[in-house]
Amino acid sequence: MKAVDFDYAQPATLDAALALLSRDDVMVRPVAGSQSLGPMLNLRLAQPELLVDITRIPELQAIRREGDRLVIGACVTHARLEDGDYPDVTRGVLPSVAAVIAYRAVRNRGTIGGSLAHADPAADWVNVLTALGAEVVIAGAGGRRTVPMTGFILGVFETDLQPGEIVAEIHVPALSERARWGYCKVCRKTGEFSHATGAVLIDPARGLWRCVAGATSGKPVVIDGPALFEGGCTEAAMAAHLAGSPAADDPIALRTHTVALKRAIAQVMS
Amino acid sequence: MAEVSTAGSGVGARVRRKEDDRLLRGRGRFVGDIALVGMKELAFVRSPVAHATITGIGIPEEHRGAVFTWADLAAGGVKPIRAVSGLPGFKVSEQPALADGKVRFVGEPVAVCVAASRAEAEDIAASVFVDYAELPVNSDMLEAVKPGAPKVHDHWPDNVFLETNVGGTIAEIAATAPVKVSRTIRTARQCMVPLEGKGVVVHWDRHVEQLVLTTSTQMPHIVRAGLSECLDLDQGLIRVVAPDVGGGFGWKGLLQPEEVVAAWIAMRLDRPVRWTEDRREHLVAAANAREHHYEITAYADERGRLLGVEADAWVDAGAYSVYPFSACLEAAQVGSILPGPYDFAHYRCRTFSVCTNKPPIVPYRGVARTGVCFAMEQMIDAVADAVGREPWQVRLENLVPPEKMPFDNVTRKHFDSGDYPESVRRAVAAIGLDGWRARQKAGEPDGRLIGVGFATCCEQSAHGTAVYHGWGIPMVPGHEQAQARITPDGGLELRVGVQSHGQSMETTFAQVAHEVLGIPLEKIKLVHGDTGLTPYSTGTWGSRSMVMAGGAVATACRTLAERLCRIGAHLMQAAGPEAVVLKDGAVTAGGAAVTVREIAHTWYRAPQLLPADVDRGGLEVTAGYKPGSDHGTFSYATHAVAVAVDPEIGQVEILDYVVVEDAGTMVNPMVVDGQIYGGVAQGVGTALYERMPYDAEGQPLASTFMDYLIPGFTEVPHVRIIHMLTPSPYTEFGVKGIGEGGAIAPPAALCNAINDALKPLGVIVTNAPMTPEVILSAIAGQRGTA
Ligand SMILES: Cc1cc2nc3c(=O)[nH]c(=O)nc-3n(C[C@H](O)[C@H](O)[C@H](O)COP(=O)(O)OP(=O)(O)OC[C@H]3O[C@@H](n4cnc5c(N)ncnc54)[C@H](O)[C@@H]3O)c2cc1C
Repeated sequence: MKAVDFDYAQPATLDAALALLSRDDVMVRPVAGSQSLGPMLNLRLAQPELLVDITRIPELQAIRREGDRLVIGACVTHARLEDGDYPDVTRGVLPSVAAVIAYRAVRNRGTIGGSLAHADPAADWVNVLTALGAEVVIAGAGGRRTVPMTGFILGVFETDLQPGEIVAEIHVPALSERARWGYCKVCRKTGEFSHATGAVLIDPARGLWRCVAGATSGKPVVIDGPALFEGGCTEAAMAAHLAGSPAADDPIALRTHTVALKRAIAQVMS
Repeated sequence: MAEVSTAGSGVGARVRRKEDDRLLRGRGRFVGDIALVGMKELAFVRSPVAHATITGIGIPEEHRGAVFTWADLAAGGVKPIRAVSGLPGFKVSEQPALADGKVRFVGEPVAVCVAASRAEAEDIAASVFVDYAELPVNSDMLEAVKPGAPKVHDHWPDNVFLETNVGGTIAEIAATAPVKVSRTIRTARQCMVPLEGKGVVVHWDRHVEQLVLTTSTQMPHIVRAGLSECLDLDQGLIRVVAPDVGGGFGWKGLLQPEEVVAAWIAMRLDRPVRWTEDRREHLVAAANAREHHYEITAYADERGRLLGVEADAWVDAGAYSVYPFSACLEAAQVGSILPGPYDFAHYRCRTFSVCTNKPPIVPYRGVARTGVCFAMEQMIDAVADAVGREPWQVRLENLVPPEKMPFDNVTRKHFDSGDYPESVRRAVAAIGLDGWRARQKAGEPDGRLIGVGFATCCEQSAHGTAVYHGWGIPMVPGHEQAQARITPDGGLELRVGVQSHGQSMETTFAQVAHEVLGIPLEKIKLVHGDTGLTPYSTGTWGSRSMVMAGGAVATACRTLAERLCRIGAHLMQAAGPEAVVLKDGAVTAGGAAVTVREIAHTWYRAPQLLPADVDRGGLEVTAGYKPGSDHGTFSYATHAVAVAVDPEIGQVEILDYVVVEDAGTMVNPMVVDGQIYGGVAQGVGTALYERMPYDAEGQPLASTFMDYLIPGFTEVPHVRIIHMLTPSPYTEFGVKGIGEGGAIAPPAALCNAINDALKPLGVIVTNAPMTPEVILSAIAGQRGTA
């Protein structure tokens, strides 16, 4: 299938982009790597009249360290995060996760901001950045605001973004030296979206114990605090935490999510 | 007479493919690469519902003249596609190229839209409004055969294209056999997913007064025949050309409704038009292969020796009978080939070709064999389990032994040659069964379960006249013809009516010709897939091309060789053609030699030097060929696979995969290996990934590769191939067809391996694909009942 007829703009500055995106006389939509939007356009699931390509805006391409956090521009590609040409404050988490997103061809174009804005529950960054306690800086014609990941992803393909707003930056806090990380995706083939994702971060120095069950039928399920670990992380305890959540739609889903979490936790404990 | 050359590029040589230079550089010419002046693009309005009466089609005023429906085609004299079978009781379906008042599956073409670009044509398609009065739907073949099921074709008494009954009574064996095992087995509906979808460009060539259909097809001559019937146009007024074709697997082995529509539009508008199938159209409207259901019972003695097999089998044949193979080929084949490579005496099989509200079934690489192998090989393992022996031992117990070859089995299939048990023994050794058994016992540190599975299959191919005459379908292969002509500069042109779309014929037919004539490969040119340039052929299907067209090439080249020798002998003033030999591209007598190039020059450019009694046919021969038996060739294989099953998440990792197969004489072992690798990749898809799910309303639930999973390069195992070489007694050089075997056995071998792994849990899986859900449900079911 072919996309409907649309106009295309490639502004050079964030202000110009935001001005275009705030137009209300046409159906307007930002595009970054087009790895999710492209198929939607071709399947005519998205029928915008104007596409605003935000990938030529220098500040959305930048990565920099700011104190104890890494600031990643929304249009930084998965490939660049994989290659690691930046002061990685996550002790290898970002490159290792980026490397298992789809194939290199997809990573060369797909962006971290596009991934979050698309908000597929099975997407890697949606779950990993939640586990890392990242924050999202949203820019709109009216200014900027910052929301934590837990408040940004609201559901399946649903975010806190308002019309005319875009993701501008992602702020990832630095991990301490003793931080431990575990990550497990259950998928049958390379490039297939995950059926169950477990992401676990313990950083006692920062008082952090966080388990995330992702690729659910809703937003990521977050289990905070040391209780699960103190109780020995039994499968029963994990299942109890997930019961009633979007990770527990049916017995097989619950079981698979429990296993994903168990395996991510096993990495942390090893 | 010419002597067979032993030079390094004839039959048996591992030469690189001539076609790769073009294809690997992206320089092929596919339908999508063709641009004709003034060409329009087509987009189809397709039914969004599985079964409905069309109560109205609304075409916006501004698009009148750019949208056509069946009413337009019918007024223009276009007839529906009719693919009948002569088997008694076959019910005929008529498939109009655009729906005629009723739609019978999701994706059925309802109207066609014409515009300067595909995107604009799709814009128009989106503006066409069709009123559907929905009817109850047959989405499952087992429901569709029940009394009172909604009827797909109103004038039929039920939804069965054809019921067949093979074999006799088996009651006595059933009553007395010491071992009886039964299974319910199912394979899923699949798409064939060639890299290139279907596509067609049509224009009217004013110079030769012909409709030229350049189409992505495996069988140009058959498409021409079918098109001629639908358009009521003499075959002489139609030329069908297959350009480079990016894989077929059966999906391009039929007359497409879209081809009929495009041809009619091109004539009606007097304009070139093109239709290109996109991936979504393919997944939705062409989910058309493999869906079988078996209720099967095997009877055996205490050693596991088969006493008899009985089965009822249903094949979901979809809504219409496709041209030329018909709706019943697959199910009726089940009846005749279910016994597989085994020797047993008592057999009964009843089959149903069921008509449902799904895309019409099309034979897919392996055709019914993949399903029957999946069923039969599970039964062998079930018998082995019941008698407490290793499955490979039970195979040895039952396979046709070499001393019985050639062998007519219980359904009178004529196995030509080979040592089937030896293929099992070699597979057991090559996979290293003992090592896996030890590892199984020790257990895996990660909790996964190891399993080893085997499957043995035979592959009837190059089916002959008698076999196809029996089906009574619109196509019966007879003598396959090839044309061989020496060019004035001593090269060779081969013209064949089959079509090469991955089979490497540009290379392998050249090897055959080289074997006979000694002309270097680089001077041999294959012309194929074009009704205007090649002899008639039923085309490329059923692993027939090397046996049939290869045989015809050899036959034509032999006649050429005789003529070359006769002229050569004259030029050298030798005693006569008996006194010379053709070797390495020259006719020699003692120390004297005259090259093919010189002989060609003489015939074409210096005829004054020719003898008076020279053969007036010259250096151009069309010859027909049939093998010594009409039954087709039988290659066979044993596949062995080791897997690790993760019982927590239901995933299967393939740890090792071995194929031991007997292709008879291999014209080019690299090409044979390539066919096996590709086939196994598709078999792995059938086994573990591929399934088009339908809901109760007949809606296909996968429409992109997000939902319809196919194995990629990371999922296809490294396959180790071991060749056995038993030449066929009936064919040129002893070749056998091998195009499909790779895709036949993997689902069976993987199923047996998974069940071997699951044995400690006391559960089995019997349905393909064996997805995590299937495996986890089996495990959970056992837990639930425990
Ligand atoms: C074959 C394949 C396999 C894949 N496998 C995986 C995988 O394993 N794991 C995974 O996580 N992902 C996977 N993806 C998705 C991929 O990661 C995409 O890159 C990502 O989902 C979208 O990023 P993008 O830059 O391409 O966004 P686009 O496709 O350009 O946009 C996606 C959506 O976000 C909007 N948007 C884009 N940027 C912004 C922004 N800065 N602010 C606001 N809205 C914005 C667009 O309007 C659109 O709605 C896969 C994709 C493909 C094609």
